[in-house]
Formats: sequence, C-alpha cells, structure tokens
Amino acid sequence: MEKVITTAHGSGGSATGELIGEIFEKEFHDEMDDAAVVDAGARVALTTDSFVVTPQIYKGGDIGRLAVCGTVNDLLMRGSRPAYLTAGFILGEGVTFSFLKRVAHSMAETAKEAGVRIVAGDTKVVEGSPGKTPEIYINTAGCGLMDGWKDASGKTVSVDVSAAKAQPGDAIIVSGTLGDHHATILGARMDIDVSTESDNAPLVDMVGKLITSGVKVHSMRDITRGGLGTVLKELAGASGKIFLIRDESIPVRPAVRDFCGIMGLDPLYMGNEGKMICIVAREDEDRALEIIRGSVYGENAQVIGHVAGAAEEKSTQAQPGDVILRTAVGGERSIDVLRGEGLPRIC
Amino acid sequence: MADLDSVKRFLKNYDGPEMNIMEICGSHTAAIAKNGIPSLLSPKIHLISGPGCPVCVTPSSYIDRLISLAGMKGHCVVTFGDLIRVPGSGESLASARGKGARVAMVYSPMDIIPMAEKEPETIFVFAAVGFETTTPVYALLMQELTEKKITNVRLLTALKTMPPVVEKLCGDGAPVNGFLAPGHVCTVSGYAAYEPLAEKYGIPFGVAGFSGQGLLIAITGIVKNCGKGVVKNYYPMVVSREGNREAQTLTDRYFEPAPAVWRGLGMIEGSGRVLREPYREYDAGSFDLTEDRQANPACRCSEVLTGRVRPRECPLFGKVCTPMTPQGACMVSQEGSCFTYLTAGRRD
Repeated sequence: MEKVITTAHGSGGSATGELIGEIFEKEFHDEMDDAAVVDAGARVALTTDSFVVTPQIYKGGDIGRLAVCGTVNDLLMRGSRPAYLTAGFILGEGVTFSFLKRVAHSMAETAKEAGVRIVAGDTKVVEGSPGKTPEIYINTAGCGLMDGWKDASGKTVSVDVSAAKAQPGDAIIVSGTLGDHHATILGARMDIDVSTESDNAPLVDMVGKLITSGVKVHSMRDITRGGLGTVLKELAGASGKIFLIRDESIPVRPAVRDFCGIMGLDPLYMGNEGKMICIVAREDEDRALEIIRGSVYGENAQVIGHVAGAAEEKSTQAQPGDVILRTAVGGERSIDVLRGEGLPRIC
Repeated sequence: MADLDSVKRFLKNYDGPEMNIMEICGSHTAAIAKNGIPSLLSPKIHLISGPGCPVCVTPSSYIDRLISLAGMKGHCVVTFGDLIRVPGSGESLASARGKGARVAMVYSPMDIIPMAEKEPETIFVFAAVGFETTTPVYALLMQELTEKKITNVRLLTALKTMPPVVEKLCGDGAPVNGFLAPGHVCTVSGYAAYEPLAEKYGIPFGVAGFSGQGLLIAITGIVKNCGKGVVKNYYPMVVSREGNREAQTLTDRYFEPAPAVWRGLGMIEGSGRVLREPYREYDAGSFDLTEDRQANPACRCSEVLTGRVRPRECPLFGKVCTPMTPQGACMVSQEGSCFTYLTAGRRD
C-alpha cells in the first residue's frame, strides 16, 4: 500500500523524524537542527512567500520549483545574492510520500540551479477534506547577501536599485513573454491545452550578468501575480515619472494570445513566475537588452518603452505616475493596476 | 480592407456635425478602451456607452433574490464570477457568502450538472443573466437537464434582448446619432432586427467586431452615414443578416419573450426571455423581480447606462466607487462602463 502522510507525521515524534529522514534530509542535504547557523555579510536581504498553487504539478514545473523561484527572485530584485532558504510545509493528511518526495526533489534541483541552500524547515499536518485530493502548501523564507557580485575578473560589483529610481529617458525592458504561467495554470484547470508551459525559473544568471556588466540598473521587479500592468503602474507611481509603453513591443506567445482571446484575458494582467522588468539608463539600453537575451531564461526579452523625458512630459496630458500605452492602431490609453479578482491560487 | 491610415485621418480630422455614437455592447466598451480609440477621434465624435452589460442592467431585486436563495437551507447559488460582487439593494453575493450563504462560481452553466448529480438533496440555482449570446447556452443546459431528468436545478432568469431597449432609447429621445451594433449578439440574432429601427428613427447602425481596426472602420461608416436609416455590417466574417438559426430555434424551444425590468430604464415590453410554460418548474421565482433600488442613492448607474451621464460625471466615480468598493453594477463588471473608464483611464 502506498505510504501517505498522516497526522502522526505532524506530531513532532518518531513519525516526523522518519519523514524528515526519508525525504527532507535526503533532498536538502543539510542538518536539521532547531535553527540553522549560516555565514552572512553585514547586510542581508530577507523575504518570505507562501505557495498554494493548484494544480500542484503543471506543465513546466510544480509547487516545489515555484516555492524556490518565487523567493529567490524576490531576493534578486533588491540586488542581493540569494544564499539561504527555509522551507515550511503544511501537508494535507493523505498526501503520498511519493508526491512529497517529488516536490522536495524539485525544490532541491531548483535550489541547486539557483545556487542557494535550503537550511531549515518545518512540517505540519492538517486534516484533509473528504472527497478532496490532499494538498501541500509551502512557505519559503530567503536570505540574500548584499555584499555584491563577483565579475569575470573577480572584482565585486553591487547595485543600489529601488522602485523609485527610474529617470527620464530610461529604457524599460521586459525579460520575456508574458502570461505563460497564468495560461498554463488556468488552462490546466479548464482542461484546455495551451501550447506553452509555466515560466517558473530562478533569474540568478540574468540578474548576476546584468549587475556585473556594470550596466546602470535603476529598478528591477519580478512580474508576478498582478502582471506587467500592475508592476509598471507601481514603478511609475514610486518614481513619480510617466512611462510610455508600446503595446506591440510587449512579448506574448501566439498560443497565449489566442488563449487570452478565448478567455477574455489581458496579458498585461496575467501572472508570471520567471519574468522581470528592468529599468536601465538610456545609454545602456542596447547592452542591457543584449545581456538579458544572452542569459538563461532571457532569450525573448524586449524593450517595451521608456520613461518620458522632460519634453514628452510637457507635451502629454498624462500626470506623474501615469503609464501610457500606445496601442497597435495608434491609440493611447492609460494603464492601471490590476483591479478585481485575479486568478486565485496561481502561485 | 479599407486603408487604416486613411480611416484614421478621416476620424481625426472630421469636422461635420457633432456625432454621438452609442456602443450598445459591453464588450465594445471594453475593446474601445483597450485600443485607445477615443484618442483617435475628432472632438466632434463622441462615443457613449449603452445598456449592453448584462450584469449592469439587472435590477437590485434580482440580486436580493439570489442572496436570499443562497442563504436558504439546502440551496446553492451558482453563478459566473462577475455577478458575485454586484450590490443589490444592500448586500452582494460576496458579502452574503462571507456570512455563510452558499455561492459557487463557475465558468460555464454546464458545470452545474455534475454539482447537481453529486448532491441530489441540494437545490442548485443558476443565476441566468445574459443577452442573446448567452441564452442559447441556458437552452442547452435546459436540454441536458430534461434529458438527464435532473430535478434539483433551477434557473433564476434575467435574460434580455437588445432591439427593444434600443427602440426604447430612440423613442425616449436619447441624444444618439448612430449605433455600434453588438457584434456578438448579431452573430446569434442577425442584424435584420435593427433595420426597422434604423428606418423609423433615421439613424445609422454599424455592426462591428472587436479589433481596433474593426472598430475604427465601423465608426467611420457610421459617421459617413450620419442621418441615414441604414444598417451596415462591418463584421461580415462572423455576422449574417439572419444570424444563427440553430441557436435561435434552440432558444425558442425553452424560452419566450416577456417584459423585463432594466436598471435605469424600467419595464420594457418584450425585452426579456423567460422559461416557457412546460418548463416553469425549473424557474426559481424570476417573475416578480421588478423593484430596482440602488444600495447607494447617489449612484448614477442608471443614467450612465442610458448615455445621459458619462461615468466621470458621477460624483462617486473613482472616489467611494472603485472596482474594489463598487457602489453600482457598472463598476463591477469588466464590461461595465465605469469599470472600463476607470481601469483603462478613458477620459472622454
């Protein structure tokens, strides 16, 4: 009979020990003590995120990979080098050992890819609902080091990025196609096979290369739940600048665009799990784009617009903090943050 | 295909008589905003949103009835997502759900069938709201229910048809010089139904699709036909004069015309669809839902829906009334005028 999680596995006793020994220690290769003691520089970045995505395994990934990527990318967006993660598991009674092992293995693989260690963890078990497939929820907290990135010559380079730093004339770059994760998750739930897969990915290579290249990066944000529209609006608001975006430059896979047409969705407000927006000095536009395109997960990057210069600010009716989208037919409209429901349990 | 540049030049430089063009359909309202169409028009061409968002024109008593059904023991209200946050005369389904009422959200009416089969002791009530485009799906649902002899599903209907409300607007002297006729509705019902209206009131109708280009071309056609009682089809790949006969026949098998109450317009004869007599046992009490009392008395949805007031002229717009805190239906539905004007920054 297949081994499944029972409430005993959350007891803190022998069954818990068995679970940790059989799965987490094997996958994460770290000693499981009350707390992990790690080396950190003077300044560190800290973040936490919880993951409840359904379905828990989907095309291109699963909740384990997602739980690592989400936290790693949050650390990267402040310019830190992701180093350590903790993982908290809330397991539904009846989750199979094989399923949990798969998820833990996927976390371990993704952590390896991202160059982070999973150093501490916790497990709790909750009763399942009758008739429902038991699920796994994961919380990951992450610690990133702020002591800079080493370039090819061994020199340490660091950046000071923040949401408010966009300057007039800056280029706005999106690191790849939008809506892939959202379309994959929603498609799976609706039994519609969308010819794409989740983009869940750690952006360590991309961010590392950008920073060590010396490109003047002013802001970075990962584009997750609220979609590109929400991130653009937040960055424009934080910097008090006007952003000018070209609709036609926004990269979206044809399959996702078709799916949006059917479902009445707007790629601007679809969730992603391996995409970022990056605002760089105008003179570095071409080089930044080239670096992102040459990095892992960056091949479809596009410059989608720029921050309005002084002359443009005067010639438009737009107010500071506005994001103006120029549409394919040449019309203009302003973009707002995502309003309303979004897609529940997308991550 | 008309040359897009010349179409855009014509619309930007138009200097004839002022034109008020009403887009009847909520999907058009959304597509116009999404494509930034108003920024491409001369100041003499005004686009006005009409009563074409099915959720928006549903009277408050309908929402109130859904809430009371959802709170009844052994009942579950099943609905599309956009209805859940619409305020009735007080509460919305969302707030009622928070207090224990049973409300399920689905993407297709057909989803109610497995729910009903799994829980035969529960009465599942579908919130059947919609125009000519959606009614055939409810007819399919009825077909399935009768064939499978499922007896624990009911429909609370607020089904409506377009031509009678357009007639009412014209008859009441709405300040409209042309109509963008609803592309999706015409796919089902055909555009012949608008010909007598065009003739009677001397107003041009243009059936339009939903792309930026399609909209610009249809608007150009309407402007060029100003003062003429004609119906032109600018969406011929999809829409025919007669429409989809099969869908019409299926609809007529289960539903018949009836008077219906529209928010802001009151009772309009023949503008609704209700279940025919042999199927009335499937009705959840749709016939006496005539009262329409808005939760916030300052809400001007009713005037927005009839083109008398622009969303930005409502004192609540963007202040107390936002998509997160909607005071009226027009701010809830993604096809609602106020939602679209606010989220797409439409300034006209």
